[in-house]
Amino acid sequence: MSATLVAEAPEQTGTLADRLPGGILGTTSDDTEKAYLVAADSIMDTLTYLRDTEGYDFLSNLTCVDYQGYNGKQRKGISERFDVVYHLYSTKKGGGPVVLHVPVPSNDTVPSATAVFPGANLQEREVYDLYGIKFEGHPNLRRILLWDGFNGHPMRKDWKEAYFDEDTKPFRSRHPKGSYEFHEDKLPWGKNTTYPAGWDPDSWEAPVAYVPVSQAPKHLNEAHLDTESIVVNLGPHHPSTHGVFRMLTRIEGETILALEPEMGYLHRNHEKIGERNTYLMNMPFTDRLDYLNSMSNNWGYALAVEKLTGIEVPERAEYIRVIMAEFTRIVNHTWSIGFILNDLGALQTPALYAIEEREMILDLFEEVSGARLMCNYFRFGGVVRDLPAGWLKKAQYLANDRLPRALDELDKMLSENEILMARGRGVGYLPAEALISLSVSGPMIRAAGVAYDIRKAEPYGVYDRFDFDIPTLPNSDIYDRYYIRLLEARQSVRILQQALRDIPGGETNGAPAYASATLSQGFGTIMGGKGGYNLRPPEGEAYGRVEGPKGELGFYISSDGKPNPWRYHVRSPCYINLNALGPMSVGYKLADAVVILGAIDIVLGEVDR
Amino acid sequence: MATASPNFPEIKQEQLQPYLHDSIVVPDELQANVLVTTLDKVYNWSRKSSMWPLLFGLACCAIEMIATAASRYDLARFGMEVMRPSPRQSDLMIVSGTVTKKMVPAIVRIYNQMAEPRYVLAMGACATGGGPFKEGYNVVSGIDKYIPVDVYVPGCPPTPEALIYGLLKVHEKVERQSILTVPWYRKDQSEFVPVPRLGPDIFDPRQVELIKETTMKKPAVASAAASGGDAAATHAAGPKEVSSKAKARMEEAKRRAAAKRA
Repeated sequence: MSATLVAEAPEQTGTLADRLPGGILGTTSDDTEKAYLVAADSIMDTLTYLRDTEGYDFLSNLTCVDYQGYNGKQRKGISERFDVVYHLYSTKKGGGPVVLHVPVPSNDTVPSATAVFPGANLQEREVYDLYGIKFEGHPNLRRILLWDGFNGHPMRKDWKEAYFDEDTKPFRSRHPKGSYEFHEDKLPWGKNTTYPAGWDPDSWEAPVAYVPVSQAPKHLNEAHLDTESIVVNLGPHHPSTHGVFRMLTRIEGETILALEPEMGYLHRNHEKIGERNTYLMNMPFTDRLDYLNSMSNNWGYALAVEKLTGIEVPERAEYIRVIMAEFTRIVNHTWSIGFILNDLGALQTPALYAIEEREMILDLFEEVSGARLMCNYFRFGGVVRDLPAGWLKKAQYLANDRLPRALDELDKMLSENEILMARGRGVGYLPAEALISLSVSGPMIRAAGVAYDIRKAEPYGVYDRFDFDIPTLPNSDIYDRYYIRLLEARQSVRILQQALRDIPGGETNGAPAYASATLSQGFGTIMGGKGGYNLRPPEGEAYGRVEGPKGELGFYISSDGKPNPWRYHVRSPCYINLNALGPMSVGYKLADAVVILGAIDIVLGEVDR
Repeated sequence: MATASPNFPEIKQEQLQPYLHDSIVVPDELQANVLVTTLDKVYNWSRKSSMWPLLFGLACCAIEMIATAASRYDLARFGMEVMRPSPRQSDLMIVSGTVTKKMVPAIVRIYNQMAEPRYVLAMGACATGGGPFKEGYNVVSGIDKYIPVDVYVPGCPPTPEALIYGLLKVHEKVERQSILTVPWYRKDQSEFVPVPRLGPDIFDPRQVELIKETTMKKPAVASAAASGGDAAATHAAGPKEVSSKAKARMEEAKRRAAAKRA
């Protein structure tokens, strides 16, 4: 796990596949991103080996694919229905991932990766919830996005919603009998619900959820006073939880003994809907993930699909993407600074200052995309349209004059503030190694002194052309998490200044070029008919990730060569960063937990998806 | 037969005469200080001028709601800047975002806790009818399936201007109400909305009989055996039965609708 181990490792020979201790069963498609198939009983050895010897210390993504009814050639000879998928990265070396697939038959168990990577905790719970795969040795395996007692595991291919039409879009017809029929009218109760046959609501009793907070130590120390610890619930409707998030805490006095996040109150079935959609249809849905940063989300998704298909992005479009993403980062960071202060009791004033700058940037977004918040501006191979006339001038004014001043102002107003120092210094501490093993990413680890930023570690777009630093701070407390965001916003301004200066002219979308280049392979096989509307990537899978303002935002896409993704998974930084919420809050006061959550900077649309 | 019908407007005018402003004598020295109006007007004006929204954000629309309250769009102009986190102190619930099945019991509970007069504004496509996520298995297609809504604001998300327009519509609604007829001063007019429960899927306690009609129609054993094994045990009743059952349901719904019309 440490740098020394990597350095001492002997000069490696052969391919990684040969060195894996348990060996591999095979590999997936060679055309796209390569993945190793590993047997379930050797996965623990493999993960431990990769972490300790090869330096892959960051379990970025853990998810599952249901291959029932899969017709591609990739699954020839594999009878297991599910694959649990692991994406491992190295925070020391940077570079690409190691992808592992573990085939699992239906109703079988997999050893839980939490023993090696505690960060697998929430992700394994999600897989259990949505696919019903059990993880042996998981400390707290219960449903996370849905509720206890929900019928079935909805991401399985044979699970259909109440409003189910067809497996894939576009539907053959919205008006099969000449007129539109509302789903509500088709069900007697007029709601989006289904009930299992034979279910009797009268005799039914709600199952009692097992909540680990109830098993937490009852006392902090040997009781010198005859006190009792109590469980306090915050949320889902609570002004300090930044949305519909819920925390269960066990406190003694005001000190937290245990804290358990509860989520799913905004679970909008992004992935299930995404599997029914065509590739392009998913683009506006990504806006609604982390709804503060629609542009970065667009980029993450576009990147994954471009990786899968090999669409080239023209130069100008790359610059536009960088500009949009960095503006988004400034929006997010000033917003989050405002709301950290809000949580500390500086009610609204710093947030109002932050929102003022945000509105300026949103005006720019509205001008290019037509929407303030849900921009839906990126496309595979570029952006949807070129910048309007005069846009660059306004953007340059912001980047060169206004934003640096605004950031200085925030800095001057807040950074020396006594309350911020008193409440922030030394609160919510977690060492860097713990954060990495919990799969935490983004500003959170950079505030703990880890200079890991995907823009440098595995550059995408044209980030390798700009001169910028990765700021780090050493203390890993609330104050540093506040301050790192200010520093990062300053770096974004630096990138913006360079990008706005150097932006070349030319095309803004590479999709037409891609379509004509693939003509020889048969128009309609790779790009669908009708002007390339239905993109058909080749069979295989890809994992595209960007450094979103909140951390590593990844999109895992598995294609079977049809116009709809076979599997569409979002590696959400907010969700996975919440792994650290419990460990970070224990031992501090209840009022601190609110700020610790604020400093993680979550957006519920992305937590619950 | 030929007698002219009484001229009701004229009679009304006569009866009203003593109460009309002209006949109230205001002393000269108070002319500049006295304002004569109706009770309804004062009552409604004061209610609409300090309508406190519930500090309650669900999803993306909440961000635009915050932007609306912030300095550029400035809800304070309408006396609405005081957002109350407690339902007991608030008059207006802005349902700002996607309502999920897991969340809806909490929303209904909050609605029940609000003191009357209370208003509900469904902000955005999701709160209005499910929006882009309507087909999702955990999404409620519109909050009006559970609680009454006064104003719908379309958009995904609505711009702050649109939200302000919707809020002004709520104000208009308030202005049209009369203290004589509003339900909250009458006996047995206010009712609690039963809180939906999370079973195998969410269900409304008001619909238990309706649900039982469908789920208990066939013996459980037979249907499990019919659709067969593993899949039937794990997935919900929706999928495979759609072909056979949905037809029956549609017939039933049609019959219901016809009965309603008749």
